[in-house]
Amino acid sequence: MRTLLERLGRPFSGIALACCLGLLTPALGHGATNSTLKVGELFPQLSRFELEGELPASLKGRIVVVDFWASWCGPCRKTFPLMEELHHRYAKRGLLILAVNEDKSRAAMDEFLKENPVTFTVLRDAKRKLAAQVRPPVLPTSYLLDAAGKVHSIQPGARTAKDSRALLKEVEALLEQNSLAP
Amino acid sequence: MKRRVLSATLAGALSLLAGGCVNVQPWERELLAEYGMRPERDALTTAVRDHLWFSREAANGGRSVGGGGCGCN
Repeated sequence: MRTLLERLGRPFSGIALACCLGLLTPALGHGATNSTLKVGELFPQLSRFELEGELPASLKGRIVVVDFWASWCGPCRKTFPLMEELHHRYAKRGLLILAVNEDKSRAAMDEFLKENPVTFTVLRDAKRKLAAQVRPPVLPTSYLLDAAGKVHSIQPGARTAKDSRALLKEVEALLEQNSLAP
Repeated sequence: MKRRVLSATLAGALSLLAGGCVNVQPWERELLAEYGMRPERDALTTAVRDHLWFSREAANGGRSVGGGGCGCN
């Protein structure tokens, strides 16, 4: 074995190095934004991402639920009734629901919304810049943001009844806290 | 010299190939979620394939059915 390595010599080590670098390349490519947004971190400012749809003028001091979804994602359909319920229950108390769509085609989103009409705000991340920045671990993923714009909790994937109750409780608690704040 | 050029070419090709290994992010799985991408999109075709497999190989399972290949389950 030793003699073989010696015979192959420098070219062999060059190839091995190139292979290692090549394998690392995809990882390096994503390196800058490879981590998903975590609880306690500041959610990126939405106005930076050229989102289609009507973005509310100011999110400052508001409790916000940002829900990433797509028309082709089965479990996303199941989160819509929950978002609708949250909107109906808490919109008057200042809760804002922002459903961020990740469809490539606007027509697919429009068709979905025609079949499943909603009353909360829907935005479209056409260039997928927001998703690339936030990096939701799965679709759907909901981020509950506190009044300071920090991530209070994250709900990835399909929601069970237990998850829905937990989210309702968390929203209720945050709104309560926000109303008491000076 | 020739050997060096060959190794450099090989190294370049390998690194380019390795660069093609990219994770598809959850928000980019639109095509993967299409109906045509499902492995068992047609129940009848699946049943026929299972039957052919069983008849040809005298074995059952290997898809979602557990079996030891004895043909008895």
